[in-house]
Amino acid sequence: MSTLLETRDLVKTYGTGEAATRVLRGLSLRLEAGEMAALLGPSGAGKSTLLTILGTLMKPTSGQYEMLGQDMIAADDRALTEFRNAHIGFVFQFHNLLPDFTALENVIFPAAVRAGRETPAARKRGRVLLERMGLAERIDFPTANLSGGQKQRVAVARALMNAPDLVLADEPTGNLDRASAMQVMDLIGEINREEGTTFLISTHDEKIAARCRRQVGVRDGIVTEEPHLA
Amino acid sequence: MRYALKIAIRYLTANTAQTALLVTGVAVGVFIFIFMSALIGGLAEFILSRTVGDLSHITIEAEDRDPAVLIDAPGHVLAAIERGNTRTATLADAETWLPLIEGVPGVRAVSPQITGAGFLTRGAQVAQVSVTGVVPGRESAILDLQGYIVEGTALTGSGLIVLGRDLADDLALSLGQTVRLQSSGGITALLTLSGVFETGNGAMDGARAFVSLSVARTLFAMPQGVTRIEIKLDDLNAADATAQRIRALTGLDAVPWTDGAEQLMEALNAQAQTGYVLKTFALITIVIGVASALMLSTFRRRPEIGIMRAMGAGRGFVVFVFVTQGALIGLLGGITGAALGYLALLPFPSREAFEPGTLPMDITQGSYGLAIALTVIGAILASILPARAASRVDPVTAIGQ
Repeated sequence: MSTLLETRDLVKTYGTGEAATRVLRGLSLRLEAGEMAALLGPSGAGKSTLLTILGTLMKPTSGQYEMLGQDMIAADDRALTEFRNAHIGFVFQFHNLLPDFTALENVIFPAAVRAGRETPAARKRGRVLLERMGLAERIDFPTANLSGGQKQRVAVARALMNAPDLVLADEPTGNLDRASAMQVMDLIGEINREEGTTFLISTHDEKIAARCRRQVGVRDGIVTEEPHLA
Repeated sequence: MRYALKIAIRYLTANTAQTALLVTGVAVGVFIFIFMSALIGGLAEFILSRTVGDLSHITIEAEDRDPAVLIDAPGHVLAAIERGNTRTATLADAETWLPLIEGVPGVRAVSPQITGAGFLTRGAQVAQVSVTGVVPGRESAILDLQGYIVEGTALTGSGLIVLGRDLADDLALSLGQTVRLQSSGGITALLTLSGVFETGNGAMDGARAFVSLSVARTLFAMPQGVTRIEIKLDDLNAADATAQRIRALTGLDAVPWTDGAEQLMEALNAQAQTGYVLKTFALITIVIGVASALMLSTFRRRPEIGIMRAMGAGRGFVVFVFVTQGALIGLLGGITGAALGYLALLPFPSREAFEPGTLPMDITQGSYGLAIALTVIGAILASILPARAASRVDPVTAIGQ
């Protein structure tokens, strides 16, 4: 496997002076392409901050971050936006779909924003992804009419739309019942195995973490353990 | 940017009640803009038609030659020839110029005239009059003489005279009666009253007499030429340019009505300025309305903007979405307001039929295209601030909301 991303000595401090809070304290991490890793740790350990930095939505206070051989710290906003669109997918805890759009329109958003229009190819892939998520009957439904589990599966489909190298999932099942959570994890595992997409999943749930081949522990802003499960 | 347009339209149609309210607000502003344009334009038209409508739009007058002066070397005047009391200045070549002037684009009518002073005498009654000799049949070419006739006819001809109401009353003259007219040169003619006019203008009704050009030639001993050429235009606002053209064409001193009408022009300008101020306020209202509505929309949609940014939408894309919303609101409101304005102006009489006591609304001066264009531009400008705010939304904090 080749290295997908690597961070070295990441430091992130919020605020200044006496109010300064150091969330990441020199965090180093390497992810190989095709991995499916769980990010474990207590609340406030820095999991979400790490995902945000890895997702190029925020820059660290100091440290180095490279993905696909590119320096993510030196890149400007425009370059990061284009990189994010092409190589990174997101799944949030609260699905974060666009409420005024249908399931299909939400899924193809990353492709449409890149092409400047909704291409037939994007529509076709969007349908395939939604069918794979078990939402064939909900393709043209407004997202407001979907259940929580269905919305989260739409969010997974959207994250996969541009065939990204990395999908960052922040508590993707935290807001779902057990059955829906397992359904979403099954789909993620399937995509990981079949398409080789790298997943980094932040979770408190050890059963969810156990579904991942690698577990990364974060405590007090640093990686404390990397137990590999069989 | 087709996709950004789709999102902008979706945002507008997602909340139809709010969008309809916003478009209505813009439409009301445009309606006021158009109403004011039609009123100010119509008012100016009305005032001009009432004050200048009966006047010559361009006048060419013969100028008396300066008296000859004989001066010796040190500057002492040795001899001077004083101006006589009889008319000497004439437009001798008027007949040559008339067809040329009539051919100038925008010229509606040309009236060659011989003017001068004289005395009307009837019995012991004597009145000083200003005499105008006109070509029979063209009496109403400049002043709508026939329109002001209260008795008889405006037609002049051999041995006929048309007088103002006050003058006729002062001389106790009735239609068909005769009166003696003596010119300033001492030549007398006996004329029959053929018509009486009443313009409402005291100077006109009490001291003006119209005769035929041939009678005037006799009275002022002018066998050829005229003293004055009056010109009426299709558009009195084109007087300056047309006068310049006639000057260039003929070399004659063609004077537009605007020369010497500075006070009227100032009053009209002041009125126009008032209109501009009111229209500017209407536009400012539109801009503030659109800006505040889009600012609220930006705030409400912060999480969505954050999601879009996370999914790879650039700042430019977000700006385009919100600016397009502003432009669409401006366009819809502009077209709606312009249509409503036009419909509201339809019942008003046309500019040719303005009546005293009614609002002189000129439907042709609604500035509909300008109103729509300015509204769209204003709405786009109004959306720039909210759009910039939207593009600067931090996706991390927005998604976390």
